[in-house]
Amino acid sequence: MAESWVNPLRAVEDRRLPRIAGPCAMVLFGVTGDLSRKKIMPAIYDLANRGLLPPGFSLVGFARRDWADQDFAKIVHDSVSEHARTEFREEVWAQLAEGFRFVPGEFADDVAFETLRSTLAELDKARGTGGNHAFYLSIPPRFFGDVVAQLKKHGLAEPHEGAWNRVVVEKPFGHDLESARELNATLGQIFPSGSVFRIDHYLGKETVQNILAMRFANTLFEPIWNSNYVDHVQITMAEDIGIGGRAGYYDGVGAARDVIQNHLLQLMALIAMEEPTSFDAESLRVEKQKVLASVVLPRRLDLTTARGQYAAGWQGGEKVVGFLEEEGISPTSTTETFAAITLNVENRRWAGVPFYLRTGKRLGRRVTEVAVVFKRAPHLPFSATQTEELTQNALVVRVQPDDGITIRFGSKVPGTSMEIRDVNMDFAYGGSFTEASPEAYERLILDVLLGDPPLFPRHEEVELSWKILDPILAYWAKQGAPEQYASGEWGPEGARKMLSRDGRMWRRP
Amino acid sequence: MIELTDTNAAKIAAAFAQSRRLDASPAMGMVMTLVIVVDEDHAHEAIRCAQSASHEHPARVLAVILGDGRGRPKISAQVGVGEGWTGETALIRLGGEVVKHPASVVLPLLLPDSPVVVWWPTDHPEDPANDPLGALAQRRITDASAVTTGKTTALKRVCRTYSPGTSDLAWTRLTLWRAMLAAALDHQHVRVTRASVTAERISPSADLMVAWLSWRLKVPVERITSAGPGITDVVLETTQGPIEIRRGDGRLATFSSPDRPDRPLALRRRELPELLAEELRHLDEDDVFAELVKRILTSPTR
Repeated sequence: MAESWVNPLRAVEDRRLPRIAGPCAMVLFGVTGDLSRKKIMPAIYDLANRGLLPPGFSLVGFARRDWADQDFAKIVHDSVSEHARTEFREEVWAQLAEGFRFVPGEFADDVAFETLRSTLAELDKARGTGGNHAFYLSIPPRFFGDVVAQLKKHGLAEPHEGAWNRVVVEKPFGHDLESARELNATLGQIFPSGSVFRIDHYLGKETVQNILAMRFANTLFEPIWNSNYVDHVQITMAEDIGIGGRAGYYDGVGAARDVIQNHLLQLMALIAMEEPTSFDAESLRVEKQKVLASVVLPRRLDLTTARGQYAAGWQGGEKVVGFLEEEGISPTSTTETFAAITLNVENRRWAGVPFYLRTGKRLGRRVTEVAVVFKRAPHLPFSATQTEELTQNALVVRVQPDDGITIRFGSKVPGTSMEIRDVNMDFAYGGSFTEASPEAYERLILDVLLGDPPLFPRHEEVELSWKILDPILAYWAKQGAPEQYASGEWGPEGARKMLSRDGRMWRRP
Repeated sequence: MIELTDTNAAKIAAAFAQSRRLDASPAMGMVMTLVIVVDEDHAHEAIRCAQSASHEHPARVLAVILGDGRGRPKISAQVGVGEGWTGETALIRLGGEVVKHPASVVLPLLLPDSPVVVWWPTDHPEDPANDPLGALAQRRITDASAVTTGKTTALKRVCRTYSPGTSDLAWTRLTLWRAMLAAALDHQHVRVTRASVTAERISPSADLMVAWLSWRLKVPVERITSAGPGITDVVLETTQGPIEIRRGDGRLATFSSPDRPDRPLALRRRELPELLAEELRHLDEDDVFAELVKRILTSPTR
């Protein structure tokens, strides 16, 4: 195989041709989990339906279940018919179904991993997967070590000429800097850093990628994207649900580790970073890393952070229990379900512009957005009464639901007198369009199979995020119980005070 | 749906604004105007396709039915905004003298600044780019497989009057095939020595496939006739053995390549909404198609 191979069928100007992953097999650990059934399996089907998976693509399930291949195929079938985005087609199913295998066993079970090895070898022959294997660890991180050790012991991840092995992991990427480093070291035993794909599904979302398009493809926004015009930035991810059945995972983790460390800091990096020299993985990572490294915490964490736990109450017309009464949560738990923090970015562009990040469960509604709030006009040729209802201009990137961008500005109220009031100018990324646009997992799984890393945070970014968060978590750990807040509202009093100290207010998203 | 009889462009525009307000969505998220020139029999199906494609590309869809050109000019229209899709549609029927001046009706209804695409779902004018409606657009979409007369020469006719911005759905139909063939050579670095394309007797898509393969691979490409449907086989003979995609039923193909087992491959014939959505993704000239047009015009056969 010559290095200088040029595929004659790929002309650079031929933009219709999609990238199709090469022959490969994916091993899914944790097939019975929610994520596997609701996201991963449907995404694989949708990719196949769009013609983006190679013929011969095979899916191997691994779990502690007494199943045969057909039982596993049935599970995938059910998950696809219930959750796939695209129409179910027999021929697509026929393409996939021949490649389903199931390996029963536990993570400590040598026999099971030996079976896995022979199964993959059989697939390489029967389905032409060519020794290319992706290991998707959809399992709690405490088992990563076991699985990685087994893969190593049974020679499943040994590098072969012309073939690849990749590992896919989901958050959490550790629970602090030290554990993140340990986790990375565990995976690093057999997977070089370029073969580790950390899924942050937010980065697979169209609207999040659109942040880059909006900022760097236009002239309109860049001139005002700095401390001369921006007053502050609010990044919110609110959920209306409680912890549901995730008590075992959530207790001891909390909102900051669960959401701020990954999703919100990545969103912040995309909003605040400088222009990358190109859109390849390396250039993006350099810029994201630079901005994460410039983040400085305020000196007084007591005045600039807030945390809370949802109390019993009413959310959206339903009576709900408080966090401490949830099944599986200790009544003395100090885990926060709401977290708000203030970050300063010490560089020329952002000096003096605070970034407020907040996330919480059982809040008013489910919404994720980034609001860039601008300074007030330095002089208004209108009287104070005329502009009473005018607030600050804002540009809001709505990540979900109803993806799009809103610009808020003042406009004259109809009538004979001059009065000015805020109005919205909306760009909806598309009304029914969202149904046609691919799910985040489709994009990310395809990128894993293609070995294309721009949308995956590297361990350097993960470590920088923990460096930002660790001092706050350490401070909170000494403060006892978090403040209670009413379910169905917008978080604890402390969060409101945190902004009012700076003379600002949270947007109601 | 607002019904207008004996109307004009201004009243149709007012009806758009009115129905948007009734729908309480004054925001205009539309990215293009799609003009469909169609006959009465195909109008509703074409509009349905356009609405479906506008899930991906929110558009103002103007379906123009050119009626009998004799008699008093007469315009009637049905105007509506999206229920379940982002966009607007107007079905505009022209009769009498105005049939010769359709641009005077369509021009005032084009969205400001946004691109204009014209699609002829069945028969297209002899010279699409110089047609009164075709001239309004920067993208023109024809379908050589759907013309009702002169099927055998349809592709040649499209090529003869080609101008930048025109493309044909016969070309769009090839994308999945081409993607799989290109991917096969991504992963197996083999030299192709000759190729063949098997398809039903009249198949503009197959002719384009032949042109594409012979251009890119610089090898002889044979055209073989089968019962269809559409293209049934594409074979690349390589120094290591053949790469083959064989599809007998129009849905499920078999993919074979050297030293690899045969594998099933879903390769369904795509429906119009999908084809249209793919066309609307790229609004500049299709350079590859332009190259193939040149080759088809100079090819001695067909």
